[in-house]
Amino acid sequence: MALDSKVPKGPIQNKWTDYKNHINLVNPANKRHIDVIVVGTGLAGGSAAATLAELGYNVKAFAYQDSPRRAHSIAAQGGINAAKNYQGDGDSTYRLFYDTVKGGDYRSREANVYRLAEVSANIIDQCVAQGVPFARDYGGLLDNRSFGGVLVSRTFYAKGQTGQQLLLGAYSAMNRQIARGKIEMFNRHEMLDVVKVDGKARGIIARNLVTGEIERHSAHAVVVASGGYGNVYFLSTNAMGSNVTAAWKIHKKGAYFANPCYTQIHPTCIPRSGDYQSKLTLMSESLRNDGRIWVPKNMDDVIAIREGKKKPTDLSEEERDYYLERRYPAFGNLVPRDVASRAAKERCDAGYGVNATGEAVYLDFASAIERYGKEQAKIQNITNPSKEKITELGEKIVEAKYGNLFQMYEKIVDENPYKTPMMIYPATHYTMGGVWVDYNLMTTIPGCYCIGEANFSDHGANRLGASALMQGLADGYFVLPYTIGDYLANDIRTGKIPTDTKEFDEAEKAVKDRIDFFVNNNGTKSVDHFHKRLGKVMWDKVGMARNEKGLKEAMAEIKQIREEFWKDVKVPGSANEMNPELEKAGRVADFLELGELFAKDALMREESCGGHFREESVELDGEQKGEAKRNDEEFAFVAAWEYKGEPADAVLHKEQLEFKDIELKQRSYK
Amino acid sequence: MNLTLRIWRQKDSNAKGQMVDYKVTDISEHMSFLEMMDVLNEQLVNSGEEPVAFDHDCREGICGMCSMYINGEAHGPDRGVTTCQLHMRMFKDGDTITIEPFRATAFPVIKDLVVDRTSFERIQQAGGYISVNTSGNTQDANAIPISKHAADEAMDAATCIGCGACVASCKNSSAMLFVGAKVSQYALLPQGQVEAADRVKNMVAQMDLEGFGNCTNTGACEVECPKGISLDNIARMNRELMKASMS
Repeated sequence: MALDSKVPKGPIQNKWTDYKNHINLVNPANKRHIDVIVVGTGLAGGSAAATLAELGYNVKAFAYQDSPRRAHSIAAQGGINAAKNYQGDGDSTYRLFYDTVKGGDYRSREANVYRLAEVSANIIDQCVAQGVPFARDYGGLLDNRSFGGVLVSRTFYAKGQTGQQLLLGAYSAMNRQIARGKIEMFNRHEMLDVVKVDGKARGIIARNLVTGEIERHSAHAVVVASGGYGNVYFLSTNAMGSNVTAAWKIHKKGAYFANPCYTQIHPTCIPRSGDYQSKLTLMSESLRNDGRIWVPKNMDDVIAIREGKKKPTDLSEEERDYYLERRYPAFGNLVPRDVASRAAKERCDAGYGVNATGEAVYLDFASAIERYGKEQAKIQNITNPSKEKITELGEKIVEAKYGNLFQMYEKIVDENPYKTPMMIYPATHYTMGGVWVDYNLMTTIPGCYCIGEANFSDHGANRLGASALMQGLADGYFVLPYTIGDYLANDIRTGKIPTDTKEFDEAEKAVKDRIDFFVNNNGTKSVDHFHKRLGKVMWDKVGMARNEKGLKEAMAEIKQIREEFWKDVKVPGSANEMNPELEKAGRVADFLELGELFAKDALMREESCGGHFREESVELDGEQKGEAKRNDEEFAFVAAWEYKGEPADAVLHKEQLEFKDIELKQRSYK
Repeated sequence: MNLTLRIWRQKDSNAKGQMVDYKVTDISEHMSFLEMMDVLNEQLVNSGEEPVAFDHDCREGICGMCSMYINGEAHGPDRGVTTCQLHMRMFKDGDTITIEPFRATAFPVIKDLVVDRTSFERIQQAGGYISVNTSGNTQDANAIPISKHAADEAMDAATCIGCGACVASCKNSSAMLFVGAKVSQYALLPQGQVEAADRVKNMVAQMDLEGFGNCTNTGACEVECPKGISLDNIARMNRELMKASMS
């Protein structure tokens, strides 16, 4: 099937408005006869469910957690971008559009990104009307902060808990509709397959995670909003339950999966401390505004620090290598996420990592504390302040800015980051790749939509800070509710979709057979055993830097682990009860297939772009020597993979990317 | 360190539960409490036993899913943390740690340490929202100036993660800190004024219906709350209720 992105004709700034003026609508009386299933209740799924219900559709929403409010959008810290230009610093829809396309290293679809920028301002209006307590200035107006990779201040925030507050806003809108009976909420339920009737998505098979019961749910359209697949690495900043299952199931039933290799490895996370580690904790990117990143210059000092014979504070300025400032004098510690992550890996691979695992670099606030301290001393008219006084004053400012993050760090690592530098290391954070969708956010299965992090469309090969929340809410509140109507307008006479049909029988049987297999397999190794092995292959060979040899090995190794998994996995307990090991088994089985496609995609893409770095594709000389080299002539396309049985047999379909409104350029941070 | 874990095991909501002792060895002080539970569960799976079911998800203290009652305290001995943020350095070698589910009539046990907190959902559905359509056109966000003080206070209330530690810690199993926080967030903002009276009446009525107890001003909820939600929110809810009943 040829890919049709269905991008409307006309100038980019008119596309969305013209499109909305010409689509089919469903009249309010008919909406009552149409059912929509929404899988996932994070920012995208929650906002979509609420809005569709307000419009009059009958919504069934599914979450594996015990409440929609617990979806992992809740953990987003920093903020949400919107082109409001409240600061009068020259922001505009075009600038937000431009920054997002450039930040994504020119691998996203222009028309989708423009629409995202266009609806961004309305998101803030909406959230304020819902009672989201955004930060305000003393005049009572909304406050902004700035984030990496941009030149304006357009990020709205609610302390370090912006994701939480936005999700609670969407959740409250859902609650209003649940109370009205327009949303039927299925907590502790997991979608295990999509059901197609005459080629269209018409329902799902779900498992009640409390009773183990397998349920059939029908609808006229299915919306998948199940988030990203970062847990394919085992360790990531995702929640423990975050998984690819819903997205992977629709892929196996005909939805193309796009750019799986585009993954964001976030530079400022708390390093791993041992083999028992279950997840990694992100420290907000904002810390790089004041923290300086370094490792020791001399190997003797590295060894002494690892052995506990020296402390980082014992090293003089001359003995430290501020490697970001050295390599990127213009942007310094504020280079984009992908660049900062790779630079940390480079130093640690060279042996300069500063903790026992060899995978940590310092993030040092001493200079900032001194700078702020001196500034405060001047403001307070203290003449000849002592060093102690300066430190005391400076620490107060740093505490006001980052207190909650410093406290979080201290709780986890048991070291005081005011007195000794923090240790950080990159970790898997966000997946830009995902299910391929057209301009309507519909997948290649008619009637099956995919929104939020689960789809591929807006961030290209790298996502800018504070853009994930924006995309989730844009898709759910303002885009999908329009585009889905165009499709559902043909369903006003269809009537309720029956579930006692052979299509549902078959899908349910396949789901039950798989569950029965797991609980009866009696293997010898736990699910986590296989998940950790998969994660290690992914991190070592499909991580921050990739090459042909490693990727080929990764594909073979993942296939091998998958075969062993199906022979030897052990799942205790039974199918008809709450069984967390059984849930994990199903998710890891899907990760074991996705992982191989991921490596295959990375192997195919013989260029470096955004979060995808191929060691073979670097600048060989000039000022940019050693930096990532993009290849626009051969690779300015979206790679959409069609499922053909084994992941290695997936067939590539290309959506050529056209840049009419933005000129393609190399990103330079030197 | 080596520890004895005394854990509540209960097959399902109808079964009778009991405390069962387990040993774990070589626990690192840097592990989080839930990572220690992972070690136990891996051990149980490998020896053919059923692992202990417990709720958890984000493991960074914000989703509100984890919910253990450890040595007689919700989320264990540390302050201002959820169980996933509790570290094993709070314990010492040879300790016996007692782990129970959150206990309250309105939080029935589903299995082992997992409880059903959907009573919280129903309270929110009774009025924990502002009736504004998301698909409609709203006014510009800066058209409603809100004093920084009110916005900050609303944010402090809104920071509640809905974990239920307040209920588990209360001798009356009262949910007033939770409900007070939600009522306060909207009561402090101009957007919440229109429906303020109905909101507080409906949410409190639902809270009573669910079987939560009353508040007797002990303050254990505030001490155990991982997000430091203040008792002021209960006072504000009571004022709002009084105001609503008289108008």
